Amino acid sequence: MRSYARLGLLVVTAIVGGGCATALDESETAAKAAAALKASFRPAGQAGVDRLEQDETQRVCSLAAGKAPPKDVAAMIEQANLATIRYPADGKLLGDWKNGERIAQEGRGKQFSDDPKGPVGANCYACHQLSKGELSFGTIGPSLYQYGKLRGNSVDVQRYTFGKIYNSEAFAACTNMPRFGHKGILSEQQIKDVAALLLDPASPVNQ
Amino acid sequence: MKAVRSAVALAALAIAPSLLAQGSTADEIAKYRAALQDGNPAELWEGRGEALWKQQRGPKNVSLERCDLGLGAGVVKGAYAQLPRYFADADRVMDLETRLVWCMVTLQGYSEADAKKNPFGNGNDRKSDLEALTAYITSESRGVKMNVPMRHAKEAEAYRVGEKLFYFRGGTHDFACATCHSEEGKRIRLQDLPNLTTAEGAQKAYTTWPAYRVSQGELRTFEWRLYDCFRQQRFPELVFGSDAAIALTMFLARNANGAPFDAPAIKR
Repeated sequence: MRSYARLGLLVVTAIVGGGCATALDESETAAKAAAALKASFRPAGQAGVDRLEQDETQRVCSLAAGKAPPKDVAAMIEQANLATIRYPADGKLLGDWKNGERIAQEGRGKQFSDDPKGPVGANCYACHQLSKGELSFGTIGPSLYQYGKLRGNSVDVQRYTFGKIYNSEAFAACTNMPRFGHKGILSEQQIKDVAALLLDPASPVNQ
Repeated sequence: MKAVRSAVALAALAIAPSLLAQGSTADEIAKYRAALQDGNPAELWEGRGEALWKQQRGPKNVSLERCDLGLGAGVVKGAYAQLPRYFADADRVMDLETRLVWCMVTLQGYSEADAKKNPFGNGNDRKSDLEALTAYITSESRGVKMNVPMRHAKEAEAYRVGEKLFYFRGGTHDFACATCHSEEGKRIRLQDLPNLTTAEGAQKAYTTWPAYRVSQGELRTFEWRLYDCFRQQRFPELVFGSDAAIALTMFLARNANGAPFDAPAIKR
Protein backbone atom coordinates (compact mmCIF):
# COMPACT_ATOMS: atom_id res chain seq x y z
CA MET A 1 0.00 0.00 0.00
CA ARG A 2 2.92 2.32 0.66
CA SER A 3 4.13 2.05 -2.89
CA TYR A 4 0.59 2.69 -4.07
CA ALA A 5 0.64 6.06 -2.30
CA ARG A 6 3.66 7.06 -4.38
CA LEU A 7 1.84 6.35 -7.62
CA GLY A 8 1.07 9.99 -8.32
CA LEU A 9 4.71 10.92 -8.33
CA LEU A 10 5.53 8.03 -10.65
CA VAL A 11 2.86 9.11 -13.12
CA VAL A 12 3.94 12.75 -13.12
CA THR A 13 7.54 11.72 -13.68
CA ALA A 14 6.55 9.36 -16.47
CA ILE A 15 4.28 11.85 -18.22
CA VAL A 16 6.06 15.15 -17.77
CA GLY A 17 9.45 13.56 -18.26
CA GLY A 18 11.48 16.61 -19.22
CA GLY A 19 13.11 19.24 -17.02
CA CYS A 20 12.39 20.71 -13.59
CA ALA A 21 10.63 23.81 -14.95
CA THR A 22 7.90 21.69 -16.52
CA ALA A 23 7.44 19.66 -13.37
CA LEU A 24 7.17 22.89 -11.35
CA ASP A 25 4.57 24.35 -13.74
CA GLU A 26 2.73 21.09 -13.49
CA SER A 27 2.53 21.15 -9.70
CA GLU A 28 1.60 24.85 -9.68
CA THR A 29 -1.21 24.21 -12.15
CA ALA A 30 -2.36 21.25 -10.09
CA ALA A 31 -2.50 23.45 -6.97
CA LYS A 32 -4.46 26.16 -8.82
CA ALA A 33 -6.85 23.58 -10.25
CA ALA A 34 -7.43 22.15 -6.77
CA ALA A 35 -8.16 25.65 -5.42
CA ALA A 36 -10.51 26.36 -8.34
CA LEU A 37 -12.42 23.13 -7.69
CA LYS A 38 -12.78 23.92 -4.00
CA ALA A 39 -14.17 27.38 -4.74
CA SER A 40 -16.42 26.37 -7.62
CA PHE A 41 -18.79 23.69 -6.36
CA ARG A 42 -21.44 23.67 -3.68
CA PRO A 43 -23.42 20.81 -2.16
CA ALA A 44 -26.74 20.09 -3.88
CA GLY A 45 -29.26 17.38 -3.12
CA GLN A 46 -27.43 14.18 -2.29
CA ALA A 47 -24.13 15.38 -3.84
CA GLY A 48 -21.80 16.89 -1.23
CA VAL A 49 -18.47 18.51 -2.01
CA ASP A 50 -16.79 15.43 -0.50
CA ARG A 51 -17.35 13.88 -3.92
CA LEU A 52 -14.47 16.03 -5.15
CA GLU A 53 -12.02 14.40 -2.73
CA GLN A 54 -10.20 11.93 -4.94
CA ASP A 55 -9.09 8.49 -3.89
CA GLU A 56 -5.72 7.24 -5.14
CA THR A 57 -7.16 5.61 -8.25
CA GLN A 58 -9.00 8.77 -9.27
CA ARG A 59 -5.97 10.93 -8.56
CA VAL A 60 -3.53 8.78 -10.49
CA CYS A 61 -5.88 8.27 -13.43
CA SER A 62 -6.51 12.05 -13.61
CA LEU A 63 -2.76 12.61 -13.84
CA ALA A 64 -2.59 10.16 -16.73
CA ALA A 65 -4.84 12.69 -18.56
CA GLY A 66 -6.65 10.29 -20.84
CA LYS A 67 -3.57 8.22 -21.68
CA ALA A 68 -2.81 4.73 -20.43
CA PRO A 69 -0.76 4.89 -17.22
CA PRO A 70 2.74 3.33 -17.25
CA LYS A 71 2.65 -0.47 -16.94
CA ASP A 72 3.96 -0.72 -13.37
CA VAL A 73 1.54 1.98 -12.22
CA ALA A 74 -1.35 0.19 -13.94
CA ALA A 75 -0.40 -3.04 -12.17
CA MET A 76 -0.45 -1.29 -8.78
CA ILE A 77 -3.85 0.28 -9.45
CA GLU A 78 -5.29 -3.08 -10.46
CA GLN A 79 -3.81 -4.86 -7.46
CA ALA A 80 -5.13 -2.29 -4.99
CA ASN A 81 -8.61 -2.37 -6.50
CA LEU A 82 -8.69 -6.17 -6.72
CA ALA A 83 -8.26 -6.26 -2.95
CA THR A 84 -11.52 -4.31 -2.48
CA ILE A 85 -13.83 -6.83 -4.15
CA ARG A 86 -16.24 -8.57 -1.76
CA TYR A 87 -17.65 -11.69 -3.36
CA PRO A 88 -21.09 -12.86 -2.11
CA ALA A 89 -20.90 -14.80 1.17
CA ASP A 90 -23.49 -17.28 -0.09
CA GLY A 91 -21.26 -18.10 -3.07
CA LYS A 92 -24.08 -17.38 -5.52
CA LEU A 93 -22.76 -15.05 -8.23
CA LEU A 94 -25.78 -14.79 -10.53
CA GLY A 95 -29.21 -13.30 -9.77
CA ASP A 96 -32.25 -12.59 -11.91
CA TRP A 97 -31.53 -11.38 -15.46
CA LYS A 98 -34.94 -9.66 -15.70
CA ASN A 99 -34.04 -7.39 -12.79
CA GLY A 100 -30.63 -7.03 -14.41
CA GLU A 101 -32.24 -5.69 -17.58
CA ARG A 102 -34.16 -3.06 -15.56
CA ILE A 103 -30.95 -2.03 -13.78
CA ALA A 104 -29.11 -1.85 -17.12
CA GLN A 105 -31.81 0.47 -18.51
CA GLU A 106 -32.08 2.73 -15.45
CA GLY A 107 -30.13 5.98 -15.84
CA ARG A 108 -31.13 7.62 -12.59
CA GLY A 109 -29.22 7.56 -9.35
CA LYS A 110 -26.60 9.62 -7.49
CA GLN A 111 -27.16 12.85 -9.46
CA PHE A 112 -27.94 15.89 -7.31
CA SER A 113 -31.24 16.13 -9.17
CA ASP A 114 -32.23 12.54 -8.31
CA ASP A 115 -34.50 11.58 -5.42
CA PRO A 116 -32.11 10.04 -2.85
CA LYS A 117 -34.79 7.44 -2.11
CA GLY A 118 -35.44 6.76 -5.81
CA PRO A 119 -33.96 4.05 -8.03
CA VAL A 120 -30.23 3.78 -8.66
CA GLY A 121 -29.36 2.10 -11.92
CA ALA A 122 -26.21 1.00 -13.70
CA ASN A 123 -27.24 2.61 -17.02
CA CYS A 124 -25.22 -0.05 -18.90
CA TYR A 125 -26.97 0.81 -22.18
CA ALA A 126 -25.58 4.36 -22.02
CA CYS A 127 -22.20 2.90 -23.04
CA HIS A 128 -22.73 -0.73 -24.15
CA GLN A 129 -24.80 -2.74 -26.57
CA LEU A 130 -26.42 -5.61 -24.63
CA SER A 131 -29.64 -7.18 -25.89
CA LYS A 132 -30.32 -7.06 -29.62
CA GLY A 133 -33.76 -5.57 -29.05
CA GLU A 134 -32.50 -2.32 -27.55
CA LEU A 135 -31.35 -0.08 -30.40
CA SER A 136 -30.65 2.92 -28.19
CA PHE A 137 -27.21 2.00 -26.88
CA GLY A 138 -23.95 3.90 -26.54
CA THR A 139 -20.47 3.01 -27.75
CA ILE A 140 -18.05 4.25 -25.08
CA GLY A 141 -17.64 0.63 -23.94
CA PRO A 142 -17.47 -2.52 -26.08
CA SER A 143 -20.57 -4.38 -27.26
CA LEU A 144 -21.62 -7.01 -24.71
CA TYR A 145 -24.11 -8.71 -27.03
CA GLN A 146 -23.73 -12.51 -26.60
CA TYR A 147 -21.37 -11.92 -23.67
CA GLY A 148 -22.21 -15.26 -22.07
CA LYS A 149 -22.60 -17.17 -25.29
CA LEU A 150 -19.02 -16.30 -26.24
CA ARG A 151 -17.47 -16.94 -22.82
CA GLY A 152 -19.50 -19.76 -21.34
CA ASN A 153 -20.96 -19.82 -17.86
CA SER A 154 -18.16 -21.36 -15.77
CA VAL A 155 -17.57 -20.29 -12.16
CA ASP A 156 -14.39 -18.50 -13.27
CA VAL A 157 -16.32 -16.45 -15.83
CA GLN A 158 -19.01 -15.73 -13.23
CA ARG A 159 -16.38 -14.57 -10.71
CA TYR A 160 -14.67 -12.37 -13.27
CA THR A 161 -18.00 -10.84 -14.35
CA PHE A 162 -19.17 -10.14 -10.79
CA GLY A 163 -15.74 -8.69 -9.97
CA LYS A 164 -15.62 -6.52 -13.09
CA ILE A 165 -18.96 -4.92 -12.25
CA TYR A 166 -17.97 -4.60 -8.57
CA ASN A 167 -14.65 -2.90 -9.31
CA SER A 168 -13.65 -2.47 -12.96
CA GLU A 169 -10.32 -0.88 -12.01
CA ALA A 170 -9.16 -4.28 -10.75
CA PHE A 171 -8.96 -5.54 -14.32
CA ALA A 172 -8.26 -2.45 -16.47
CA ALA A 173 -6.49 0.48 -14.79
CA CYS A 174 -8.04 3.88 -15.56
CA THR A 175 -10.97 2.36 -17.45
CA ASN A 176 -13.93 4.65 -18.14
CA MET A 177 -16.27 2.21 -16.36
CA PRO A 178 -17.52 3.08 -12.85
CA ARG A 179 -16.76 0.83 -9.85
CA PHE A 180 -20.34 -0.10 -9.07
CA GLY A 181 -19.77 -2.16 -5.94
CA HIS A 182 -16.69 -0.46 -4.52
CA LYS A 183 -18.27 3.01 -4.73
CA GLY A 184 -21.63 1.87 -3.38
CA ILE A 185 -23.61 2.56 -6.53
CA LEU A 186 -25.16 -0.92 -6.77
CA SER A 187 -25.98 -3.41 -4.01
CA GLU A 188 -24.57 -6.95 -4.06
CA GLN A 189 -27.95 -8.25 -5.27
CA GLN A 190 -28.06 -5.70 -8.10
CA ILE A 191 -24.58 -6.75 -9.23
CA LYS A 192 -25.71 -10.39 -9.23
CA ASP A 193 -28.71 -9.41 -11.35
CA VAL A 194 -26.59 -7.55 -13.90
CA ALA A 195 -24.13 -10.49 -13.99
CA ALA A 196 -27.13 -12.74 -14.74
CA LEU A 197 -28.20 -10.44 -17.57
CA LEU A 198 -24.75 -11.03 -19.09
CA LEU A 199 -24.40 -14.75 -18.40
CA ASP A 200 -27.81 -16.44 -18.05
CA PRO A 201 -28.43 -18.51 -21.19
CA ALA A 202 -32.07 -17.31 -21.11
CA SER A 203 -31.08 -13.62 -21.06
CA PRO A 204 -31.80 -11.63 -24.26
CA VAL A 205 -28.09 -10.74 -24.27
CA ASN A 206 -27.31 -14.37 -25.21
CA GLN A 207 -29.99 -14.92 -27.87
CA MET B 1 -44.77 31.24 -28.66
CA LYS B 2 -47.04 28.25 -28.17
CA ALA B 3 -47.29 27.81 -31.93
CA VAL B 4 -43.51 27.82 -32.25
CA ARG B 5 -43.16 25.25 -29.47
CA SER B 6 -45.70 22.83 -30.93
CA ALA B 7 -44.19 23.11 -34.41
CA VAL B 8 -40.84 22.23 -32.89
CA ALA B 9 -42.37 19.35 -30.95
CA LEU B 10 -43.96 18.00 -34.13
CA ALA B 11 -40.68 18.13 -35.98
CA ALA B 12 -39.04 16.29 -33.11
CA LEU B 13 -41.69 13.58 -33.17
CA ALA B 14 -41.27 13.11 -36.88
CA ILE B 15 -37.78 11.76 -36.37
CA ALA B 16 -38.11 9.99 -33.04
CA PRO B 17 -34.80 8.17 -32.42
CA SER B 18 -36.40 4.71 -32.37
CA LEU B 19 -37.32 5.12 -36.01
CA LEU B 20 -33.78 5.80 -37.07
CA ALA B 21 -31.28 3.26 -38.22
CA GLN B 22 -28.08 3.40 -36.13
CA GLY B 23 -25.71 4.62 -38.83
CA SER B 24 -27.81 7.46 -40.14
CA THR B 25 -28.70 9.03 -36.78
CA ALA B 26 -26.15 11.83 -37.02
CA ASP B 27 -27.14 12.60 -40.62
CA GLU B 28 -30.80 12.72 -39.73
CA ILE B 29 -30.18 15.01 -36.78
CA ALA B 30 -28.08 17.28 -39.00
CA LYS B 31 -30.97 17.47 -41.50
CA TYR B 32 -33.38 18.14 -38.68
CA ARG B 33 -31.25 20.99 -37.38
CA ALA B 34 -30.93 22.46 -40.86
CA ALA B 35 -34.70 22.30 -41.32
CA LEU B 36 -35.24 24.19 -38.07
CA GLN B 37 -32.50 26.75 -38.57
CA ASP B 38 -34.84 29.12 -40.40
CA GLY B 39 -37.29 29.28 -37.55
CA ASN B 40 -34.99 28.90 -34.57
CA PRO B 41 -36.94 29.92 -31.45
CA ALA B 42 -33.61 31.25 -30.07
CA GLU B 43 -34.54 34.45 -31.94
CA LEU B 44 -37.11 35.13 -29.23
CA TRP B 45 -34.31 35.13 -26.63
CA GLU B 46 -32.08 37.25 -28.87
CA GLY B 47 -34.83 39.86 -29.25
CA ARG B 48 -35.55 39.98 -25.54
CA GLY B 49 -31.82 40.18 -24.80
CA GLU B 50 -31.31 43.12 -27.15
CA ALA B 51 -34.15 44.99 -25.45
CA LEU B 52 -32.64 44.23 -22.01
CA TRP B 53 -29.22 45.44 -23.20
CA LYS B 54 -30.65 48.80 -24.30
CA GLN B 55 -33.18 49.30 -21.53
CA GLN B 56 -32.45 51.62 -18.60
CA ARG B 57 -32.57 49.33 -15.58
CA GLY B 58 -31.32 48.74 -12.07
CA PRO B 59 -30.86 51.07 -9.08
CA LYS B 60 -28.86 53.49 -11.26
CA ASN B 61 -31.40 53.33 -14.11
CA VAL B 62 -28.86 53.02 -16.93
CA SER B 63 -28.58 50.64 -19.87
CA LEU B 64 -25.77 48.15 -20.47
CA GLU B 65 -24.73 49.95 -23.64
CA ARG B 66 -21.51 51.23 -21.99
CA CYS B 67 -20.52 47.72 -20.88
CA ASP B 68 -17.02 46.76 -22.10
CA LEU B 69 -17.08 43.15 -23.32
CA GLY B 70 -13.40 43.29 -24.23
CA LEU B 71 -13.42 45.27 -27.47
CA GLY B 72 -14.22 48.63 -25.88
CA ALA B 73 -17.24 50.13 -24.12
CA GLY B 74 -20.46 49.23 -25.91
CA VAL B 75 -18.84 47.12 -28.68
CA VAL B 76 -20.99 44.02 -29.10
CA LYS B 77 -20.13 42.93 -32.65
CA GLY B 78 -17.59 40.09 -32.53
CA ALA B 79 -17.05 40.39 -28.76
CA TYR B 80 -18.08 36.81 -27.93
CA ALA B 81 -15.59 35.34 -30.40
CA GLN B 82 -12.80 36.78 -28.21
CA LEU B 83 -14.09 35.58 -24.83
CA PRO B 84 -13.13 34.50 -22.22
CA ARG B 85 -10.37 37.07 -21.73
CA TYR B 86 -8.54 38.97 -19.00
CA PHE B 87 -10.17 42.22 -17.82
CA ALA B 88 -7.83 44.62 -16.04
CA ASP B 89 -10.66 46.42 -14.18
CA ALA B 90 -11.72 43.16 -12.51
CA ASP B 91 -8.18 41.68 -12.54
CA ARG B 92 -9.74 38.40 -13.60
CA VAL B 93 -10.37 36.24 -16.64
CA MET B 94 -14.11 36.39 -17.39
CA ASP B 95 -16.52 34.60 -19.69
CA LEU B 96 -19.47 36.47 -21.18
CA GLU B 97 -21.92 35.61 -18.42
CA THR B 98 -19.50 36.69 -15.67
CA ARG B 99 -18.78 39.93 -17.55
CA LEU B 100 -22.49 40.68 -17.88
CA VAL B 101 -22.89 40.26 -14.12
CA TRP B 102 -19.90 42.60 -13.64
CA CYS B 103 -21.55 45.27 -15.81
CA MET B 104 -24.93 44.86 -14.09
CA VAL B 105 -23.17 45.50 -10.78
CA THR B 106 -20.76 48.29 -11.76
CA LEU B 107 -22.98 50.15 -14.28
CA GLN B 108 -26.53 49.43 -13.24
CA GLY B 109 -25.94 49.19 -9.48
CA TYR B 110 -27.38 45.73 -8.89
CA SER B 111 -25.95 43.67 -6.05
CA GLU B 112 -23.92 40.71 -7.31
CA ALA B 113 -26.41 38.32 -5.69
CA ASP B 114 -29.33 39.99 -7.52
CA ALA B 115 -27.50 39.98 -10.85
CA LYS B 116 -26.72 36.25 -10.54
CA LYS B 117 -29.88 35.01 -8.91
CA ASN B 118 -31.54 33.51 -12.00
CA PRO B 119 -28.80 32.24 -14.32
CA PHE B 120 -30.95 29.58 -16.04
CA GLY B 121 -34.62 29.62 -17.02
CA ASN B 122 -36.88 26.71 -16.06
CA GLY B 123 -38.24 26.02 -19.57
CA ASN B 124 -41.52 27.60 -18.58
CA ASP B 125 -42.56 30.97 -17.17
CA ARG B 126 -39.38 31.71 -15.20
CA LYS B 127 -37.13 33.20 -17.87
CA SER B 128 -33.51 34.19 -17.25
CA ASP B 129 -32.38 37.70 -18.23
CA LEU B 130 -28.80 36.42 -18.35
CA GLU B 131 -29.72 33.76 -20.90
CA ALA B 132 -31.53 36.37 -23.02
CA LEU B 133 -28.60 38.80 -22.85
CA THR B 134 -26.20 35.97 -23.71
CA ALA B 135 -28.37 35.02 -26.71
CA TYR B 136 -28.24 38.60 -28.01
CA ILE B 137 -24.51 39.15 -27.48
CA THR B 138 -23.53 35.80 -28.99
CA SER B 139 -25.78 36.34 -32.02
CA GLU B 140 -23.66 39.41 -32.79
CA SER B 141 -20.64 37.12 -33.30
CA ARG B 142 -22.29 34.80 -35.80
CA GLY B 143 -19.87 34.18 -38.67
CA VAL B 144 -16.94 35.73 -36.77
CA LYS B 145 -13.86 33.51 -36.40
CA MET B 146 -13.12 32.38 -32.86
CA ASN B 147 -10.06 34.29 -31.68
CA VAL B 148 -9.70 33.82 -27.91
CA PRO B 149 -6.56 35.62 -26.71
CA MET B 150 -3.79 34.11 -24.60
CA ARG B 151 -1.53 37.13 -24.11
CA HIS B 152 -2.00 37.72 -20.39
CA ALA B 153 -0.46 35.35 -17.84
CA LYS B 154 -3.88 34.85 -16.23
CA GLU B 155 -5.35 33.79 -19.57
CA ALA B 156 -2.64 31.16 -19.96
CA GLU B 157 -3.19 30.05 -16.38
CA ALA B 158 -6.96 29.72 -16.87
CA TYR B 159 -6.31 27.57 -19.95
CA ARG B 160 -3.93 25.25 -18.08
CA VAL B 161 -6.30 24.95 -15.11
CA GLY B 162 -9.19 24.25 -17.49
CA GLU B 163 -7.21 21.46 -19.13
CA LYS B 164 -6.45 19.98 -15.73
CA LEU B 165 -10.12 20.10 -14.74
CA PHE B 166 -11.09 18.44 -18.02
CA TYR B 167 -9.20 15.32 -16.90
CA PHE B 168 -10.22 15.49 -13.20
CA ARG B 169 -11.92 12.23 -12.19
CA GLY B 170 -14.09 12.20 -9.11
CA GLY B 171 -17.48 11.49 -7.58
CA THR B 172 -19.31 8.21 -7.17
CA HIS B 173 -18.75 7.20 -10.80
CA ASP B 174 -15.09 8.28 -11.33
CA PHE B 175 -16.19 10.44 -14.26
CA ALA B 176 -14.21 13.29 -15.81
CA CYS B 177 -15.15 15.46 -18.80
CA ALA B 178 -12.63 13.30 -20.66
CA THR B 179 -14.58 10.11 -19.93
CA CYS B 180 -17.14 11.04 -22.59
CA HIS B 181 -15.30 13.65 -24.64
CA SER B 182 -11.82 12.41 -25.53
CA GLU B 183 -12.43 9.80 -28.24
CA GLU B 184 -13.71 9.99 -31.81
CA GLY B 185 -17.09 8.68 -32.87
CA LYS B 186 -18.48 7.71 -29.47
CA ARG B 187 -22.02 8.16 -28.24
CA ILE B 188 -24.17 7.84 -25.11
CA ARG B 189 -27.31 5.95 -26.08
CA LEU B 190 -27.92 7.54 -29.51
CA GLN B 191 -26.42 10.92 -28.64
CA ASP B 192 -23.16 11.63 -30.50
CA LEU B 193 -20.37 12.93 -28.27
CA PRO B 194 -17.89 15.53 -29.50
CA ASN B 195 -14.21 14.74 -28.95
CA LEU B 196 -13.17 17.95 -27.23
CA THR B 197 -9.45 17.14 -27.27
CA THR B 198 -9.17 17.83 -31.01
CA ALA B 199 -9.44 21.26 -32.67
CA GLU B 200 -12.18 20.01 -34.96
CA GLY B 201 -14.24 18.54 -32.12
CA ALA B 202 -13.87 21.58 -29.88
CA GLN B 203 -14.73 23.90 -32.77
CA LYS B 204 -17.88 22.01 -33.71
CA ALA B 205 -19.07 21.87 -30.10
CA TYR B 206 -18.10 25.30 -28.80
CA THR B 207 -19.29 27.33 -31.79
CA THR B 208 -22.82 25.86 -31.50
CA TRP B 209 -23.57 27.10 -27.96
CA PRO B 210 -25.78 28.81 -26.83
CA ALA B 211 -28.54 26.69 -28.31
CA TYR B 212 -32.29 26.42 -28.17
CA ARG B 213 -32.93 22.99 -26.63
CA VAL B 214 -36.05 21.52 -28.18
CA SER B 215 -36.42 18.96 -25.38
CA GLN B 216 -36.41 21.71 -22.76
CA GLY B 217 -38.15 24.57 -24.58
CA GLU B 218 -35.34 26.80 -23.36
CA LEU B 219 -32.29 28.59 -24.66
CA ARG B 220 -29.18 27.24 -22.96
CA THR B 221 -25.82 28.94 -22.57
CA PHE B 222 -22.35 27.40 -22.37
CA GLU B 223 -22.32 27.88 -18.59
CA TRP B 224 -25.51 25.82 -18.49
CA ARG B 225 -23.85 23.14 -20.66
CA LEU B 226 -21.03 22.81 -18.12
CA TYR B 227 -23.45 22.89 -15.15
CA ASP B 228 -25.53 20.05 -16.57
CA CYS B 229 -22.52 17.95 -17.61
CA PHE B 230 -21.27 18.06 -14.01
CA ARG B 231 -24.74 17.09 -12.76
CA GLN B 232 -24.59 13.98 -14.93
CA GLN B 233 -21.02 13.37 -13.80
CA ARG B 234 -22.51 13.01 -10.29
CA PHE B 235 -20.51 16.00 -9.09
CA PRO B 236 -21.97 18.61 -6.72
CA GLU B 237 -23.36 21.80 -8.23
CA LEU B 238 -21.11 24.02 -10.36
CA VAL B 239 -21.30 27.61 -9.09
CA PHE B 240 -22.31 30.14 -11.76
CA GLY B 241 -19.37 32.32 -12.83
CA SER B 242 -16.94 30.28 -10.74
CA ASP B 243 -13.23 29.85 -11.47
CA ALA B 244 -13.75 26.26 -12.64
CA ALA B 245 -16.54 27.28 -15.03
CA ILE B 246 -14.41 30.06 -16.52
CA ALA B 247 -11.24 27.92 -16.75
CA LEU B 248 -13.04 25.10 -18.56
CA THR B 249 -14.69 27.61 -20.89
CA MET B 250 -11.27 29.13 -21.59
CA PHE B 251 -9.81 25.68 -22.41
CA LEU B 252 -12.61 24.81 -24.83
CA ALA B 253 -13.08 28.27 -26.39
CA ARG B 254 -9.37 28.63 -27.05
CA ASN B 255 -9.28 25.14 -28.61
CA ALA B 256 -12.06 26.30 -30.94
CA ASN B 257 -9.96 29.20 -32.31
CA GLY B 258 -10.06 29.61 -36.08
CA ALA B 259 -13.58 28.32 -36.62
CA PRO B 260 -16.45 30.69 -37.45
CA PHE B 261 -18.86 31.10 -34.54
CA ASP B 262 -22.31 29.76 -35.45
CA ALA B 263 -24.80 30.26 -32.62
CA PRO B 264 -27.35 30.57 -31.10
CA ALA B 265 -28.00 27.18 -32.63
CA ILE B 266 -30.75 24.61 -32.15
CA LYS B 267 -30.27 21.20 -30.56
CA ARG B 268 -32.52 18.32 -29.71
